[in-house]
Amino acid sequence: MPNVSLLKSLARKDGATVRMFIEGTPVDVPTDMNVAAALLFAGVTACRTTPVTGSERAPFCMMGVCFDCLVEIDGVPNRQGCMTPVREGMQVRRMDGARSVA
Amino acid sequence: MSTKIVDLLVIGAGPAGLAAALEAKRHGLAPLVVDENVLPGGQIYRSVSRSPLADPAVLGPDYLRGRALVDAFTAAGIDYWPQTLAWQIGADRRVSITRQGTGGGTLQIEAGAIVLASGAQERPFPIPGWTLPGVMGVGAAQTLLKASALVPDSPAVLAGCGPLLYLFAWQLINAGVPVRAILDTAEPGGRREALRHAGGALRAPSYLLKGFKLLRAIRAAGVQHVKHVESLRVVGAQQAEGIEYVVDGRTARIDTALVLLHQGVIPNTQVTRSIGCEHEWDEAQLCWRPKTDAWGETSLPGIFVAGDGAGIAGALAAEPSGRLAAAQAAVKLGKLDDAKRDSRALSLRRELAAHTAIRPFLDALYRPADGFRAPADDSTIVCRCEEVTAGDVRRMAGLGCVGPNQTKTFSRCGMGPCQGRFCGMTVAELLAQAQGCAVPEVGYYRIRPPIKPVTLGELATAVEAPDFLSERAGFPK
Repeated sequence: MPNVSLLKSLARKDGATVRMFIEGTPVDVPTDMNVAAALLFAGVTACRTTPVTGSERAPFCMMGVCFDCLVEIDGVPNRQGCMTPVREGMQVRRMDGARSVA
Repeated sequence: MSTKIVDLLVIGAGPAGLAAALEAKRHGLAPLVVDENVLPGGQIYRSVSRSPLADPAVLGPDYLRGRALVDAFTAAGIDYWPQTLAWQIGADRRVSITRQGTGGGTLQIEAGAIVLASGAQERPFPIPGWTLPGVMGVGAAQTLLKASALVPDSPAVLAGCGPLLYLFAWQLINAGVPVRAILDTAEPGGRREALRHAGGALRAPSYLLKGFKLLRAIRAAGVQHVKHVESLRVVGAQQAEGIEYVVDGRTARIDTALVLLHQGVIPNTQVTRSIGCEHEWDEAQLCWRPKTDAWGETSLPGIFVAGDGAGIAGALAAEPSGRLAAAQAAVKLGKLDDAKRDSRALSLRRELAAHTAIRPFLDALYRPADGFRAPADDSTIVCRCEEVTAGDVRRMAGLGCVGPNQTKTFSRCGMGPCQGRFCGMTVAELLAQAQGCAVPEVGYYRIRPPIKPVTLGELATAVEAPDFLSERAGFPK
């Protein structure tokens, strides 16, 4: 899903990165980012589609209120990307439509 | 199952929560602070103690001053659990908490008193196209700047009104990031109404000066500033491609891939609602807030609310508000007598008054226009989660739905993952408008725990307090 990013980084204090995987594709992002910020930084313009109409959605509030940045993290669905710090080796996947009851 | 017993539990580590904890410690309590974020500071001082920016000064002195508070908190050695979610809070002050995402389990806390400091959220800004990728809150964009050093790559359009809109534009300009335009929705009448409260504003000259400084800098930077915008629409198929706006009945369009919306902030009442605290409608601020006494105590004994969660007053008011709540909690817990509390409260109330004096002026000046709170365009999505439109809500009102809990049952409006946080206000205002009554008569959603998603495993696994503590080994202090 990577694309052209709407956001860019200002000069950072620290160049340390972690390698995470977005839909299986390795991406190096600054260690202090959360998943939603990392997705936006990596150029992911939409992180899921809605259960009702299948419309594309992206992080909207960045403070844990709107739940538009829900993604699957390390196999667990419906995680708030903006509330979850990135970690080395983290696997993030988009969520399309409604969840099925396993 | 073991239960951890604390005298004072503080939920939220923004300025109100940090100040409450410091005040509690001063009076001999041993508070525990739990917070969802990684670092203390809340949204206003997000990442202030460990900014990712090479030059955090671009954010301005009001942000940097938060460092002193966070440093004082850290130095005080107060028990602080970050990345911790209080997902169920009972009127009996039994609290269920979990470490998000660990798949660990739930720890029960029994608190002698609780200070809720869960702050504010951005007011919903329902316009056509606001769900498209490429549309975010101004507060969201500011959080990306504070916590992740990210800024718009190509110039963004900022639309709406309120101090944060101008502050963020100023911060971007400081950082050398161009702003495409500001589409200002403040109504011309707001200025006239605000002048009626000029007395209060003049008692807070530093706020007025700050405002003038921001506006002057934005003008000096040559940012296109369109005033008296009557209507907005984000256009685009899969993502934002531009924004259409109406001034004097004429429609214009600016192409942009990034639209940032803001029309003020409102108290985050999700927690107080879920506990069953009584709430009241604040007509000046056009929002709900928990009913509190002069110490911030809610209708439920021993449960206090401090800071913006009790009514929007800003970061500087949040500190004395948190301290007043903690002082009263100390009295209730037998650590402080009434006389000592009252003498302590004198200076705190003076400090609080100095920062609340400006509010009636700001509330009137940046009162969000009716049409941006209760959208006239029936196609506007109101409930972002379940994609229920303004037209749907009006139709349900026509069928006889009198309150948000009925429209919720009819349409799932407010039943999605955000649990109504981003539609409750709009639905209530639409229903009130349709019925020709006041918002308090319409009411609000019934909010039930868990107030945020927890996994079945987390819910079903009771964690013993010592185990939970040992999990904290990797946390930053």
